[in-house]
Amino acid sequence: MKQKTGHRFVFLGIVTAVSFIYLCRLFYIQVIEDRYKLSANNNVLRTITDYPARGLVYDRKGKLLVFNEAVYDVMVTPRQVKQIDTLEFCQLLGIPPEDFEKKMVKAKKYSKIKASIFEKQISAATYAVLQERLYKFKGFFVQSRTLRRYPEQVSAHSLGYIGEADDKLIQSNSYYKQGDYVGIAGLEKSYEEELRGQRGVRVVMVDVHNREKGSFADGAYDTVPVSGHNLEVTLDLELQLLGEKLLQNKIGSIVAIEPSTGEILALVTKPSYDPNLMVGRARSANYAKMLKDPTKPMFNRATQAYYPPGSTFKLVNALIALQEGIITPSSTFAHSFVVGSKSVKCHPHPPIALEGAIQYSCNPYFCNTFRAFVDSKKFGSSEAGYRRWREHVLAFGIGRKVGVDLPSELKGLVPAVEFYDKYYGKGRWKASTIYSLGIGQGELGVTPLQMANIICAIANRGFYYIPHIVRKIGGKPNKTRNLGQKQMTLVEPRHFESVHEGMQKVVENGTARIAKFGNYAICGKTGTAQNPHGKDHSLFVAFAPRENPKIAVAVMVENAGWGGEWAAPMGSLMMEKYLTDSISRPELYDRMVNSNLIPGPKPASELNGDGD
Amino acid sequence: MRQQHSIFQNIDWVLVSMYLALVLIGWLNIYSAVFNENHSSIFDLSQNYGKQLMWILTSFVLAIFILVIDSKFYEAFSFPAYLLTLLLLLAVLVLGREVAGSKSWFEIGSFRLQPAEFTKMATALALARFLSTVNIDMRDLRTKIVAGVIVLVPMGMILLQNDTGSALVFCAFIFVLYREGLSQNVLIIGFFAALLFVLSLMIDKFIIIAILAGILLLSILAIRRTFKNVLTLVVIFSLAAGMVLSVDFFFHEVLEPHQKQRINVLLGKETDLKGAGYNVNQSLIAIGSGGFFGKGYLNGTQTKFDFVPEQSTDFIFCTVGEEWGFVGSLLVIGLFTMMIYRIIAIAERQKSDFTRIYAYGVASILFMHLMVNIGMTIGLLPVIGIPLPFMSYGGSSLWAFTILLFILVKLDSYRMFVLR
Repeated sequence: MKQKTGHRFVFLGIVTAVSFIYLCRLFYIQVIEDRYKLSANNNVLRTITDYPARGLVYDRKGKLLVFNEAVYDVMVTPRQVKQIDTLEFCQLLGIPPEDFEKKMVKAKKYSKIKASIFEKQISAATYAVLQERLYKFKGFFVQSRTLRRYPEQVSAHSLGYIGEADDKLIQSNSYYKQGDYVGIAGLEKSYEEELRGQRGVRVVMVDVHNREKGSFADGAYDTVPVSGHNLEVTLDLELQLLGEKLLQNKIGSIVAIEPSTGEILALVTKPSYDPNLMVGRARSANYAKMLKDPTKPMFNRATQAYYPPGSTFKLVNALIALQEGIITPSSTFAHSFVVGSKSVKCHPHPPIALEGAIQYSCNPYFCNTFRAFVDSKKFGSSEAGYRRWREHVLAFGIGRKVGVDLPSELKGLVPAVEFYDKYYGKGRWKASTIYSLGIGQGELGVTPLQMANIICAIANRGFYYIPHIVRKIGGKPNKTRNLGQKQMTLVEPRHFESVHEGMQKVVENGTARIAKFGNYAICGKTGTAQNPHGKDHSLFVAFAPRENPKIAVAVMVENAGWGGEWAAPMGSLMMEKYLTDSISRPELYDRMVNSNLIPGPKPASELNGDGD
Repeated sequence: MRQQHSIFQNIDWVLVSMYLALVLIGWLNIYSAVFNENHSSIFDLSQNYGKQLMWILTSFVLAIFILVIDSKFYEAFSFPAYLLTLLLLLAVLVLGREVAGSKSWFEIGSFRLQPAEFTKMATALALARFLSTVNIDMRDLRTKIVAGVIVLVPMGMILLQNDTGSALVFCAFIFVLYREGLSQNVLIIGFFAALLFVLSLMIDKFIIIAILAGILLLSILAIRRTFKNVLTLVVIFSLAAGMVLSVDFFFHEVLEPHQKQRINVLLGKETDLKGAGYNVNQSLIAIGSGGFFGKGYLNGTQTKFDFVPEQSTDFIFCTVGEEWGFVGSLLVIGLFTMMIYRIIAIAERQKSDFTRIYAYGVASILFMHLMVNIGMTIGLLPVIGIPLPFMSYGGSSLWAFTILLFILVKLDSYRMFVLR
């Protein structure tokens, strides 16, 4: 026999050995090793973020203030980018070709396998052209996003703006990821959590060309985005527009609040800017430009600028003195106030009691009242007297944050005892040293919002509600802050009657006669705050009507002169507009609107100031 | 009626069932691998799965045709068929169309034919015909030379077409020759030569030669130092060193860049996962992500979404691994192994030398395809493009394997009538 039957076992042995080795290898890569499963997921799965629509913002009458507009971000996954025609790609996007590498380096720095933004916010037109050719540019895709838009160029500071979350935020708050937008200023910031909604995530499968091939595991790992809540703000669009019109070409602020609720009806600060400038690709350029503007359009004077309250502060002094029994409505003082060689005088008028002192804004009366208060034996010492005085003042919401629902509110300035101890030495100062506080000058700093809030407390006869700008969130009352609770001053309601009477006389027959309109009982007080840097600031505070007040307003016009000339007419027009929905004095309106009170360039010497 | 009955008489249904199982598994996996939701019917003729059904049905026709023909025809037909395929190989070199770097396709309209696929079958027939001649002895030098020529001529011509994979399959015939009496030293020498080949690709040639020289010295010290013994050792050393040097030369000067890359990828010298290593890496990811039970039929992602190249032809095993997991891999490899066992069992029950030798040829060819194809997909062998028998998409391949197998089925069904 020439066949070698034994040889078949060698062949079968080899076949068996090879099969066995292969099966071992397969068992290893399929069952033991996990690496390939991860690689398979990296190949196929893409996590796509569905951004929720940010909440819209309406005014108190339902007029739209902020909406969303779709834009498109070009995203890149650096690892998938292969041999593309970068020149054509850059032309499509309208960017210089040399930027391509820079952007790629940035994206790679973030992650080679995760998508990041290559080019932000391309227009719908660019997107349409790009989309058709996107298949040629492996590794790139487009994600639609929304931008904030503002139908009216109004109330930029209150509305605020959004911007991309920075590295610091991403590290400190796990919700935010690179490329997310977050509120940076205004109510966009303070109501960020309510506005932003909840991101959704879709896990999809893609093929080798990065084309979507449907959802993974029938969407078991997907979450649906939840839109942000719409906000209804307390602002009255028309009133706000009027306020911004009145203050155009002026530096200053108008704040109007509904005393019975603390709702801010208008929050005007000028100079301002078009909120649409803080949107989209031009945002950083516009931002830089505005930062350099000497009139500081980004600065929210209504909540962040301190002014000496001037004569308007006499109202507070009167109330505190009444409460502590230092004066009665019928108290009179000598017609001058003398401290050493200095004396404070008033224009000639008959001897007057409290109402008259308010009506004529009598400086000696309130200096005397202040001195009587602080140096009163009742408190034992000037220091104790001042302490008590300051306690009263703080209860009116000055010298501390009132708690408005806008970011970066400043607390203003009411010096503590320690401040004067340090300045003059302990026990070496008394009322006569700091008497100017009695007429709202000296070391006092009050924001326009605080001024308006004081008037609310006066109008309400002793309490105020925390001023706020958002009243409804997603159709439900705003309960995020302690808004419904009365904030009590330390003055009892019975002491307000004579102050109201004096304030009404200011308008009927005093420094603010120009503020009178219709048959309304209007209570007001002008102020002229001395300003070491230039012309006096013009001030006016008021509420109307005297019974059941509907609106309290504070107006501050920088370097405009005395209160009755500018601030009072503006405050009057604001109240008239709100109460009657009309303006009966067009010539007054025109004079206000058409005046330019922005000081020209100052000599350098004056800019340095004297540091007061 | 009697005629009809006799066609299926004595047919080895076990082997035929295995064939049908593999063809069906192949078709279902092609459907999954290139599934197109716009053409979701498995019968859609515009897709590979629809076309494959056509190839399958025509293969069945071919199979029946082969069973109808008298078994004596194949023995007589062996040499003419061999010569015919050689002519075709020659023609394809001149008239052929180049596909993916290999000039191995005839194109007639939309119909493409690869003669190399049929050459394997014809060579197996011719070798069986030659070795079953009366008074042939494998130990004769003349026999060895003729047998060598029968295998090496088509192999060389296929190499000229740049179809390395198909040429490599002809190495399988060494198992046939071994079964017919070739000394086992040839297998052993072949094994060591292959080992040396791989080593010389991995390690610097001078280091290998130094090691070989060390072994030579130790051997000379260990054995009885007669002149003959020392001379033998020196000759062996010279041959080995010569081979190392020529492999080095062959690798750097003869191989095409893409072939060099594929080998480097396999040896781990090159890890460019986007370039040359892409295929193997993606193939491993597809199979490796299958797990024990797989992702389920039509739920594979790596093959369906085109991450694996050639997923319906050379890399069809990836779909099996991904969707059916280790269980599916075991089933397919098991089926193939059982089929080879069955063919060897059939071979050994033959009285006819011709049928036995032919059966060994069939088993060796199937084994070579199985080893090279699956070895490639699981990263144990370099990427060599040859199909997985019965399963890979493609008409030429399926027809050729069907003919190859059914000639054996026909020959085997006549084993009772063969006289020694």
